Amino acid sequence: MAIRTPEQTEPAAPPARPERPAPTRTEGRVMNVFSHGFLWLWAFMVVVPVVWVLVASFKTEREIASDPLGLPATPQWENYVNAWNNGNIGDYFLNTVQVMVFSVTGTMLLGAMAAYVIARYSFPGNRVLYFVFAGGMMFPVFLALFPLFKTLQNVGLLNTYPGLILVYIAYSLPFTVFFLTAFFRTLPTGVAEAALIDGAGHYRLFFQVMLPMAKPGLVAITIFNIIGQWNQFLLPLVLLNDPEDAVISQGLANLALRQGYEGDPGALFAGTVMAMVPIFVAYIIFQRQIQAGLTAGAIK
Amino acid sequence: MRHGKYPFILSFLALPVGLYAWLVLVPFAQAFQISFTDWSGSTNQFDYIGFDNYLNLFKDERFVIPAIRNTGIILLVLPLVTIAMGLFFAFMLNIGGRSRQGRIEGVRGAQFHKIVFFFPQVLSLAIIGILWKQVYAPPGFGGLIAGGLEAIGLPAPDNGFLADKDLVLASVIGVLVWSAVGFYLVFFSSAMASIPRDFYEAGIIDGAGRFQLFFRITLPLLWESVQTAWIYLSIIALDVFVLIYMMTPERGGPDGRSEVVGGVIWKYAFKHGEQAFASALGVVLFFVALTLAVVALRIGRHQRIEY
Repeated sequence: MAIRTPEQTEPAAPPARPERPAPTRTEGRVMNVFSHGFLWLWAFMVVVPVVWVLVASFKTEREIASDPLGLPATPQWENYVNAWNNGNIGDYFLNTVQVMVFSVTGTMLLGAMAAYVIARYSFPGNRVLYFVFAGGMMFPVFLALFPLFKTLQNVGLLNTYPGLILVYIAYSLPFTVFFLTAFFRTLPTGVAEAALIDGAGHYRLFFQVMLPMAKPGLVAITIFNIIGQWNQFLLPLVLLNDPEDAVISQGLANLALRQGYEGDPGALFAGTVMAMVPIFVAYIIFQRQIQAGLTAGAIK
Repeated sequence: MRHGKYPFILSFLALPVGLYAWLVLVPFAQAFQISFTDWSGSTNQFDYIGFDNYLNLFKDERFVIPAIRNTGIILLVLPLVTIAMGLFFAFMLNIGGRSRQGRIEGVRGAQFHKIVFFFPQVLSLAIIGILWKQVYAPPGFGGLIAGGLEAIGLPAPDNGFLADKDLVLASVIGVLVWSAVGFYLVFFSSAMASIPRDFYEAGIIDGAGRFQLFFRITLPLLWESVQTAWIYLSIIALDVFVLIYMMTPERGGPDGRSEVVGGVIWKYAFKHGEQAFASALGVVLFFVALTLAVVALRIGRHQRIEY
């Protein structure tokens, strides 16, 4: 289930192996230089834009425009003050957290419930239901945007967090159900049967036995959903029109589009850095789980 | 097990299925229906006009035709380049190192590379758009590439890469590849790690070089992962819009050179008030996505090798 890295699967080379004449030795060395070169080049290309914007966030407007490769003469901390005060980065953060506390919890709860029943109970329409959920992964969201907009408008949930939360949950269900169904199927049946014999009801079986057993899968898919919903842009763009209510990616986009090249690029980059910092910290701490969670689709 | 099974099943399915039907299934079905009308979206007035919207799609040379062309290019280039690079880097990390005493190893620092390469995957497209818009900016506005080119005495496009008709699409695809490669590196890497080392060692004893090891052992055994990656990347390619929105002039310019299907749907639905037309384009997108997935799963349905 978990992604195994080669370091873990590869035991230390047995020391007693007889040396054999290696025909690949020269080739190996060339390849080694070659592969290292490309790997470092790409690592460099990934790091540079990020670090460069970090440096730019400490520059004056003039330095940003006229000396893109230079360092700031004096670090402009007020860029950060401006981004926080005028750019409302702090508010966007809180908005996003408010939405996600409910949307991620809701996604996991509803997703786990549906997946559990689909995976472990037989009933008419079981397979159809599975495909209806899994098929949702293929739908291009663009197609549903306007009907969705109208649906929320009709019930007064347009431009509200409850509306956005419900939409996040609904659109996160396909992958969540798809993934968790596969996961619940792998859990041993013996434990469940034992619990039922001991007199546990279906509800207790789910909450006290199956959910704890499914923890690795739940963690992986929770990370997947947190990152996905944190970065969501299209749905809030259409369903959340008041700039004051904007979630983080939307708020940054507004900041970027409002400022353009004429505005206050220092504050824009400072805001971008502030939005990256929590993601970066979380990534460094949880990188193994995040990589496993996001590539979870690979395991079927 | 029988006792109270159906009430339990119903109670667990009611909420998720209800919500999913209300906010996903019904809106999609409505979009299909709307595509056969002349509804603007703002009034309640509409008539059914059959397939007219679909026919008119292919007459719209301002938005739809360029968008289909550009999305088509992204659909070809993005999966190809990303998968090739992802496989290459994954192979390097797993198999590319020195061979010691006939044993095969990954390069040193593999874990470090994975952490770095994967990082763009956790950044939002809004942030990636802001970063790269500045990287591509014109010389006078502090663009990184323009500044670098000038520093070594090479010319840079006057208005930056994103305002250049011939460079804008390639620039956007570059960013898409930049952000996706790390994911597929990790994705392929975990699949490669499950290929027994003996296979490679046997190959080396038989005198195979790295290229042969890759094409004769790794690639055939990874075929299913490549297929999955192809489907994912195709869906991403069809849904490209946020980067265009964040980075390019007029959100699809200059001169329609970076219009994409998703962006045109959004423009017609929310800017031009032509809801029915937008829906027709969305339906086409839907069927393209469906066809691609089916084709990708059919092509090269290789025999599964158990190991």
